[in-house]
Amino acid sequence: MKHYRYLFMRRFTQVAVLLLYIGANVWGWKILRGDLSASSLLGVVPLADPYAVVQIAVTGATMGMDIILGALIVTFFYGVIGGRAFCSWVCPINMITDTAAWLRRKMKLSEIQKRFYINRSLRYWILGLSLVLSAVMGVAAFELISPVSMAHRGAVFGMGMGGGALVVIFLFDLLVHENGWCGYICPLGASYALIGKFSFIRVHHDANKCTDCRDCITVCPEKEVLHMINRSSESVLMGECTNCGRCVDVCKEDALGFSIRSQLKQPKDEE
Amino acid sequence: MKHSPSNDRRRFFLSIARGIGLSAMGALVWSAYVGEVKAAPLVLRPPGALKEEEFIKNCIKCGFCVEACPYDTLKLAKPGDNLPMGTPYFIPRTIPCYMCSDVPCVPVCPSGALSETSVSSYIQAHAKLDINKARMGLAVIDEESCIATWGIQCDACYRACPLMGQAITIEFSKNERTGKHAFLKPVVHTDVCTGCGMCEHACVTQKAAIYILPRALAMGEAGNHYIKGWDPKDEQRLESVKKEVPHELTKTKLSEKSALDSLNDESGL
Repeated sequence: MKHYRYLFMRRFTQVAVLLLYIGANVWGWKILRGDLSASSLLGVVPLADPYAVVQIAVTGATMGMDIILGALIVTFFYGVIGGRAFCSWVCPINMITDTAAWLRRKMKLSEIQKRFYINRSLRYWILGLSLVLSAVMGVAAFELISPVSMAHRGAVFGMGMGGGALVVIFLFDLLVHENGWCGYICPLGASYALIGKFSFIRVHHDANKCTDCRDCITVCPEKEVLHMINRSSESVLMGECTNCGRCVDVCKEDALGFSIRSQLKQPKDEE
Repeated sequence: MKHSPSNDRRRFFLSIARGIGLSAMGALVWSAYVGEVKAAPLVLRPPGALKEEEFIKNCIKCGFCVEACPYDTLKLAKPGDNLPMGTPYFIPRTIPCYMCSDVPCVPVCPSGALSETSVSSYIQAHAKLDINKARMGLAVIDEESCIATWGIQCDACYRACPLMGQAITIEFSKNERTGKHAFLKPVVHTDVCTGCGMCEHACVTQKAAIYILPRALAMGEAGNHYIKGWDPKDEQRLESVKKEVPHELTKTKLSEKSALDSLNDESGL
């Protein structure tokens, strides 16, 4: 049970957030209204997707106060506290890509499949491209094709053909490239990686306890961030880490755990 | 040799160039799609929506207006609807806008895509929401399929109109075919019609003979060359014309003198 702690917590959060949004539309709940592009918490606190708001801003739109304020609040939360936690704790696509990655491991597809190379920085190029296109076309470009929006808005307001996009992502992650969507393509995740680069909550590695079983690397969706495993006791500082906690879950030796950035300098020597 | 600084530099520039090349290819596909869905001209927006071009810039696709709508009139465009994905719209033949007097869909908009001021009337500088100010579209009548213009009695659209007698009036004329009946034709008044679509919803013909089109699509524009000289308000448009076109006449050899001078010039006689 201990080895699934964060996984359960994440699934609970993901489903709960989705349910609150659906409840707002279907049963008129007042807790979390709107969708992941812009919402209202308890009818008071505005929330907005910073990436969507930046896309809107570069089109030269007049912009409402609520979405500017909402984007600042969200940026503050992930920037200071959560890191890239949106991707693994809120985003509905995560359940699809996690399932694909799990199946891929179970079916040992990575072992028999020749890996082809995609650069991890592709998502940042897509992020930049989306802003250029938004400015040129006069409409938030990624918002028109975003499978994340399709999945979430689809669940809340009606799926339409959006289900097809989700199947495509599932098959891409399962058959074409491990963690292909979240790890290489999604510019929304890229935006949260940039926002969350300096957040306080970080995974910390204690190399003294590490037995180099590499279970953490197997489950990690962003393997690069764990470059210090069995080498040095330090924190995962790369913004690409989604704080999903899977590595913490699977580590049998407690060599990995969440900690606060300020304690990073002195590795903990408890137990 | 492999790690000489010049090779590193070449590799760096090459990787940048490759990124740009891939981006350009992506941009080609992506912008084609965006341009295509953006050019959906037949979409009807909620009350208070900015002009279409500004609306799709501003709308963040949160669905607040959809959730606020008590009649389920407003929908968010789904993938496959061939409309800008996630933006709100309505189809009046299915569910028209029922013109709530408190306009619940507009004030909730967080992005400014729905403008409260455009659906407010001002009484002594005091703003009050007024749904009659909405201009969601314009009712257009296809006289060929409107049975009232055939001479069959029908005033469904006239009765359904929330601004009955203002946005749609009935025009009487003699039915020359029978010689003893009247035509009771509906006429839409552009300056009053809100585009709510209750007429389209009520229309009895198989496919509605009165239907809502976006105003930009349904309306012409006379331009500043034509002024209603008998209407003092319309004549004010002349003032803006002067600002736009400064009074500068082209001088050629023939027009050096004014036309009047040329006609009165007796020197050649």
